[in-house]
Amino acid sequence: MPDNRLGRRGFLTAGVAAGATAATAALDSAEAHTYQGKVPWAPHAADVPEPVRGNTYVFFTADEAAFVEAATERLIPKDDLGPGARDVGVPLFIDHQLDGAYGRAARWYMQGPWAKGTPTQGFQSRMNPAELYRAAIKAIDAHVKATQGGKNFAALTAGEQDRLLTDMEAGTLDLQGVDAKTFFGVLWQNTKEGMFSDPMYGGNKDMAAWTMLGYPGARYDYTDWVGKQGVRYTLPPVGIMGRPAWTPKS
Amino acid sequence: MAQKRPSVDALMIGFGWTGAIICQELTDAGLNVLALERGNWRDTPTDFSPAFIQDELRYRYRDHLFEEPARDTVTFRNNRDETALPMRELGSFLPGTGVGGSGIHWNGQVFRFLPYDFQIRTQTIARYGAQAIPNDMPLQDWGVTYQDLEPYYNTFEYIAGISGQAGNLNGQKTAGGNPFEGPRSKPYPNPPMTQTLGPLLFAKAAQEVGAHPFPCPSANMSRAYTNPLGVQMAPCTYCGFCEKYACGNYSKASAQTTIIPVLMRKDNFTLKTQAEVTKINLDSTGKRAVSVTYVDAQGNEYEQPAELIVLGAFITHNVHLLLSSGIGTPYDPSTGKGTLGKNYAYQLTPGVDVFMPEDKILNPFVGAGALGVIVDDWNGDNFDHTGLGFLHGGYIAAYMTNGRPIETELVPEGTPKWGAKWKQAFVKNYLTSMSLGLMEAVLPNRENYLDLDPTYRDAYGRRLMRMTFDFRQNELKMQDFQMGKMTQLAQAMKPREIKQNKRGPHYDIVPYQSTHNTGGAIMGANPADSVVNRYLQHWDVSNLFVVGASAFPHNSGYNPTDTVGALTYWAADAIRKQYLKSPGPLVQA
Repeated sequence: MPDNRLGRRGFLTAGVAAGATAATAALDSAEAHTYQGKVPWAPHAADVPEPVRGNTYVFFTADEAAFVEAATERLIPKDDLGPGARDVGVPLFIDHQLDGAYGRAARWYMQGPWAKGTPTQGFQSRMNPAELYRAAIKAIDAHVKATQGGKNFAALTAGEQDRLLTDMEAGTLDLQGVDAKTFFGVLWQNTKEGMFSDPMYGGNKDMAAWTMLGYPGARYDYTDWVGKQGVRYTLPPVGIMGRPAWTPKS
Repeated sequence: MAQKRPSVDALMIGFGWTGAIICQELTDAGLNVLALERGNWRDTPTDFSPAFIQDELRYRYRDHLFEEPARDTVTFRNNRDETALPMRELGSFLPGTGVGGSGIHWNGQVFRFLPYDFQIRTQTIARYGAQAIPNDMPLQDWGVTYQDLEPYYNTFEYIAGISGQAGNLNGQKTAGGNPFEGPRSKPYPNPPMTQTLGPLLFAKAAQEVGAHPFPCPSANMSRAYTNPLGVQMAPCTYCGFCEKYACGNYSKASAQTTIIPVLMRKDNFTLKTQAEVTKINLDSTGKRAVSVTYVDAQGNEYEQPAELIVLGAFITHNVHLLLSSGIGTPYDPSTGKGTLGKNYAYQLTPGVDVFMPEDKILNPFVGAGALGVIVDDWNGDNFDHTGLGFLHGGYIAAYMTNGRPIETELVPEGTPKWGAKWKQAFVKNYLTSMSLGLMEAVLPNRENYLDLDPTYRDAYGRRLMRMTFDFRQNELKMQDFQMGKMTQLAQAMKPREIKQNKRGPHYDIVPYQSTHNTGGAIMGANPADSVVNRYLQHWDVSNLFVVGASAFPHNSGYNPTDTVGALTYWAADAIRKQYLKSPGPLVQA
């Protein structure tokens, strides 16, 4: 991602009354926001996405990673149809999301006062997603250690893990101040995101989840298929950065 | 201390669809026009490129094109007994920010409202009697008629290159179109899109049950098109990334693909981005707007004077800016007095999922935002409401908008929400399932309104706007009726099974439903019950016009954009032909 785009996307946000980012001034002086007499265009100005770099955890501790690997694999398990969440990199995806703007809830309104609210009022946790994962996993593992003879969540059987996940989903698991239902909702949403989003973000490795569904990915032209009623699409999936088959085997 | 800028003839607040239309029209009239837009410059080759726009995570789930609640949001509660809490992350509706506004990430489903809509009170009383309107429903005529707006619907539809089949051309019913629509004086500029298997199966089923299916009028181009301004659009490629995405292919009408390329080249037009208007300033009489205050990205504050001000932000921001500027009388639900914030409405969007046999491969990813077949038999007053206990209706649609896999949630009734069985059901049904949906009208209720929140504040220190809204008896009874119709249509498609997805009973701000928020600064014939007159001119401040869906006195059973476009051209024409010749109130109160 070219550095200058950081500046163009810089916003005044709650709690940061001034300053935006240093890069803003570098690209856009105040006058540069004024457009007159022409359609603006500049080279290298594309608002391109930023792919995950590397394949190691940058946010999770070893214990947190063990929980997320085990839990996401129960949410979308490997079976005869195709891979599960763990094998396609969902934990890596979540790790990198929590390390970034999403983890910090950078776009969310995060000012108090705080109240629980009704279910129709939505997310009201004062924890951002990164804090929520950290606190919830700690509480879950503490609960499991206390009740399951010193094991952590990842060491339980699949059936035991499923029961705990079900209790979290129902909100009946006491996580010492962390709302289990809120955490489960975020974990499930992030699991689906990592499973089925573009592989550039660390999940959906080799587009295996798309292949399993029959989803052709980031294609932008189906003109030749519009008139083919009821005929299965034949081309394999493609991602924003290409296809694994295009990468020479080393 | 705000830095004062040189005055301009006309100032536009917000630069989406309505902003582009107003600026184009007023610069054509020779005015020196400045638009202030809170977000960034965005254009097709740099920001919406087909090299990267097909990205479900970034656009749908990380809100890349949408507004940031961190900067400005609403508080919400279902009723006055609750304490409103902030909408901390986006959910139910997705307002845009930046050049093009929400109009860059729409599906492109383009419907005229019915003649009934504009005279809903008069026509309801004429057909059913005054007692048919409940006491808690401030149902109002709009102050304009369909006949008034018809030429302006044409203007918008030709600028936007709408693909569709007329159903009523100058009073002549034409086969294949919507037989219930108001008479149109011109056909659509482009033919309908090519339908895929799912909508075709629905069309066949609809005919079998005696309904009148027609192709959805679409802002996705069915062929290459050059609009009246000379701007060219390309044929849609059915990539399945419309709503929540911008089009990389110049195939979906937006301000960028229809007006901005011409407008930006004019010497008498200036656009400032990252300029958030925080207040409209009145003179000492309170009858004239003299300037706006805006803040740039560095936090610097400016005062921008103007002779004429047009407010065309997203509806929630139109109402919020009026409330926080102290312009107009806030509505009080306990007395029914005041007009600003009243008749806030939305849309009710239940659906029926249809799971077809395994040989019916639907290829849901071969889609477009407005690719689909519509049935309008139970919309508006197209059917007899006697004894039904509700007014109005909605259209039923079989859209094939996309197969985006994170967002797709089609699994049969009784499927667990996660785990092995969920995975099996999702994979098994992905290629062979679709949904029917209802675009249901929401009529005004005395208890549904917008005002300022007593507690929470935005990034500029202003009180947030508070939304008090719930689905009321009219909507819920209508939903029950329409679920019956949708289920009948779904069954006629000969599916393996179906799944009914009702909304409510309470409005929930979490799941995405639609960005069809309406009302709060409504138009009408009388300042006692409306904020703006029939030309969208503020009743109290005659050099201020407020354009957009904030002007809708109720929400119809259709998507709002065509009517927003028509009303904006109508208002622009009134400014050009009447106001500029003799500035002052265009309607005497």
